[in-house]
Amino acid sequence: MSGDVCIVGVGIHPFGRTDGVSGLDQGVFAVRQALADAGVEWADIQFAYGGSDAAGNPDTMVERLGLTGVQFINVRNGCAAGGSALFSAQMAIKSGEFEIGLAVGFDKHPRGAFNALPSEYNLPEWYGDAGYMVTTQFFANKIMRYMHLHGISRTTLGRVAEKAFRNAVHAPHAWRREPVSLDDILEGAMVSDPYSKYMFCSPAEGGVALILATEKKARELGKPIVRLKAATMRTRPPKSFEVFAPSVDIGGGTATATQIASADAFRMAGIGPEDIAVAQLQDTECGAEIMHMAENGFCKDGEQERWLAEGLTEIGGRLPVNTDGGCLACGEPIGASGLRQVYENVVQLRGDGGGRQVPGAPKTAYSHVYGAPGVSAVTILER
Amino acid sequence: MRAIAEGLFTGETPPRLIGGRDRESGRVVFPCPPGDRFEPVPLSRTGTLWSYTIQRFRPKTPPYQGPEAFRPFPVGYVELPGEVIVETRLANVDFDQIRIGMELELVQVPLDPEAADPVLIHAFQPTGAAA
Repeated sequence: MSGDVCIVGVGIHPFGRTDGVSGLDQGVFAVRQALADAGVEWADIQFAYGGSDAAGNPDTMVERLGLTGVQFINVRNGCAAGGSALFSAQMAIKSGEFEIGLAVGFDKHPRGAFNALPSEYNLPEWYGDAGYMVTTQFFANKIMRYMHLHGISRTTLGRVAEKAFRNAVHAPHAWRREPVSLDDILEGAMVSDPYSKYMFCSPAEGGVALILATEKKARELGKPIVRLKAATMRTRPPKSFEVFAPSVDIGGGTATATQIASADAFRMAGIGPEDIAVAQLQDTECGAEIMHMAENGFCKDGEQERWLAEGLTEIGGRLPVNTDGGCLACGEPIGASGLRQVYENVVQLRGDGGGRQVPGAPKTAYSHVYGAPGVSAVTILER
Repeated sequence: MRAIAEGLFTGETPPRLIGGRDRESGRVVFPCPPGDRFEPVPLSRTGTLWSYTIQRFRPKTPPYQGPEAFRPFPVGYVELPGEVIVETRLANVDFDQIRIGMELELVQVPLDPEAADPVLIHAFQPTGAAA
């Protein structure tokens, strides 16, 4: 194949809670929107990769979309499901076998914290009995260590949430679209210190679809050319610190899957962090956005304190981060979350962001997901 | 009172936690995994606090088996020098006195103090603290 893989169509079902609409149907909604956006029919789609964690097998959506006999492969990869679907779709086109295909992700989770059992994680029963199978507990432990090492204040965590809700006001697909003041965020009910309830995202629902094509096909379709310059997915290295860890190696927490996925993506794209105009970084909790700014190479550990105070990650700042409010404002449907970030980046590169549009006609956009137990996926788009 | 599981504590008084040492790499983990690859080793009774949080809501049941009447509890990681960093409850310490780096020692505490026959879990308390 010559040229780059391009994203020629995007679709999204609003995130949050949609009673009476299954996760699968939210995925179907997104696919139809993406087909219309690309100006193609379902019968034109040559292959699909679909991700869902808790809302059923994605390939069953052929019943709704049409029994065209299309190749449809399900992806189950935790929080990296969307990123993995996109990676796989990209490879299918790069291989030269296909010229147009689909990456789709959707989910619908019960309310409240994710309910994990020790046996699903190869852990002894006592670990759950004693109250350790709690994801929020891990995230709080992780940021408490990071704040101690790198001088990050709780106010800085609050600023991340404040920005998320403010940006989401202008994102029609976001869930929580009311601004929340910094004081209310800091003084909200505590979930797991240092985090108040406003500082965690919630499990949610939603669906996202992306149509990928060869550059030649993209030109035929006449859509703005948005190139997928890099898509990487990596698992954890030694010395990482992950959820549900009864013990950690001495010196742990210093290496992450994100660092590897990010470095490889920049190498493939042939650019560096300083060249990125807008970024969507996994923010399942405020501290995640803070840590991921450094892990993805955008700043050094500890510099986030100044970056947030000076507004450098605001929509008008040096590097706008999570322009649609991220997971904090959109919630997290695991299968759809990573693709939402790429959706948002396509919107920004096309200049369709409306009240949340990054000024200056951005040419490069970065997305990053991270999940249990230490998986990360990164994409870099260019127009 | 009995421990929440077999193979967590040594039988001595006071007890120590039992970790596992990888017979090839020497890496120490907790708890000691089943199988032949890891050799059971008693871990240091003392260490320093590596990180912590306060669990402010009752974890979901299943799997949580703690008391129905929930009281927030501190939970964190303690670094046992030269061995491994172990996840643990913290005991006998005011929430606002908890500091990363503080000196800690192992104790056993009941998972549900009100239970007729409570099981014991591991916790670390400030060195020399009174129960």
